[in-house]
Amino acid sequence: MSAIGTLSLKHLNKSYPVKGQPLSVLEDISLDIQPGEFISIVGSSGCGKSTLLRLLIGLEDQFDGEILLDGQPVKGPSLERGIVFQDHRLFPWLTVEQNVALALENSPLSEADKRDTIAQHIELVSLTGFEKAYPHQLSGGMSQRVAIARGLVNRPRILLLDEPFGALDALTRAHLQVELQRIWQAEGITTVLVTHDVDEAVFLGDRVVVMQPRPGRIKRIVPVPLPHPRVRGDVRLAALRDDILADFSDAPRETLIEQPAPLPQRFEDFVLAW
Amino acid sequence: MSQNISKFDPRGLVVPLLLIALWWASAHWGWADTRLVVPPLDVVAYAREQFVSGELALGLVASLARDLAGFAIGAGAGLVIGALLALSPLTDRLAGPSLHAVKQVALFAWIPLISVWFGQGEPAKLVFIALATFYPVLFNTYEGIKSVRRELAEVTRVFGFGRRQTLLRLVLPAASPQIFAGLHLGLIYSWLGTIGAEYYLKVAPGVSTPLIDGREHFEMARVLYGMVLIGLVGALLNAVATRLEQRTLRWRPR
Repeated sequence: MSAIGTLSLKHLNKSYPVKGQPLSVLEDISLDIQPGEFISIVGSSGCGKSTLLRLLIGLEDQFDGEILLDGQPVKGPSLERGIVFQDHRLFPWLTVEQNVALALENSPLSEADKRDTIAQHIELVSLTGFEKAYPHQLSGGMSQRVAIARGLVNRPRILLLDEPFGALDALTRAHLQVELQRIWQAEGITTVLVTHDVDEAVFLGDRVVVMQPRPGRIKRIVPVPLPHPRVRGDVRLAALRDDILADFSDAPRETLIEQPAPLPQRFEDFVLAW
Repeated sequence: MSQNISKFDPRGLVVPLLLIALWWASAHWGWADTRLVVPPLDVVAYAREQFVSGELALGLVASLARDLAGFAIGAGAGLVIGALLALSPLTDRLAGPSLHAVKQVALFAWIPLISVWFGQGEPAKLVFIALATFYPVLFNTYEGIKSVRRELAEVTRVFGFGRRQTLLRLVLPAASPQIFAGLHLGLIYSWLGTIGAEYYLKVAPGVSTPLIDGREHFEMARVLYGMVLIGLVGALLNAVATRLEQRTLRWRPR
């Protein structure tokens, strides 16, 4: 694997206007991610971790600071960055195969190469035999695997995962974490996983970025100096987990729930300007 | 794929069979004036006569051709204008309120105006049928396109889709269930419009002829035959639309 996939965040700040006032959601985020590294970002709800991922994928482009992928500033979405959302976001009218192919719509590959790489990625996520199935026929775990295949099929330099297993049951989640570890090792791709599950963050991450809310900022970065593949139940993982959990042990502030920052309405992309 | 046609339940036949029996009995034993309640077999006899003489086929072909032509015009306009309103905020602002206001005019209230503008002949009938089809198609197309999930639109942005790709790969398929629902409804309305046009505009060959003639000549057998025929064609159109919808939307969970 060549040394591509270096992601570098420099003094990243992001705020949303709320009632005319700028509300800071990310404050001074600086982070250097090495090629092939697995970074887990963990934090409670509202710490801006999903916003951070939206900045990295390019779905939002209003921010201060710099995001550099292999030295190039990130501007808008690109096939060089793949993403897996929490809700699998498969297109219900397309089969597994067609959903994966969707990501290759604007790829320069020839039709034959596309077919090959689609088959390879479906095999990578262990779904061979389900190519012609529709999303409503798949379980949540299978749907999320399709989403992973779709996120990887362009061979991006970096894979972003936004709480990908958050909506799954505990058994499926544990299984898919092991699967993700295997896929990540097989592909050698730089990976950023956002999660609120500390176990998951520690189990998978080479480093765990702990974030704290209001405004979202990095509290500390915890290295997990254990080789992959890791075994669940390793006492060293457990110790790190307990250590990180202690960061969240302060009693939650008894405040009214704040209005979450509004997601910008960018749906009208295909709407005409007139 | 899973079968959607519910299993036939013979209990559904109980009420119609009882009604027919009651009808037959009342005609047979003279419980009511037989000019008002004609014997069922008279209706069957009239139907056979119509079939043999070729009148049935003539009327059916004329009405169906009229219906489908009007449907095509109305559905085409509804699809195009509905999509335009959903995709263009300016058009929506400009034309949306007027279209909603005009919709409040009951369908049959258009007949005097249409007959003055387009005469009593075939063009007027087509305009009326198209108008009946237009609104359900328009509103369902509009709603279908408006309700495309923003989350899925983000996926197309991540894959760098242009507007054309997003329209073809996301918006149209995502809106298709509701667009089909609109077309289905439009087909039912167009049949309603066909009967209305035949009945209220100048008499022309069609399935409504037995209704009009039967009323003129006080022949209830003809009237009942016409009603049954119109009902059967309506049911047939509905069944065809349902089948097409199911075939096209196979991806939907049942």
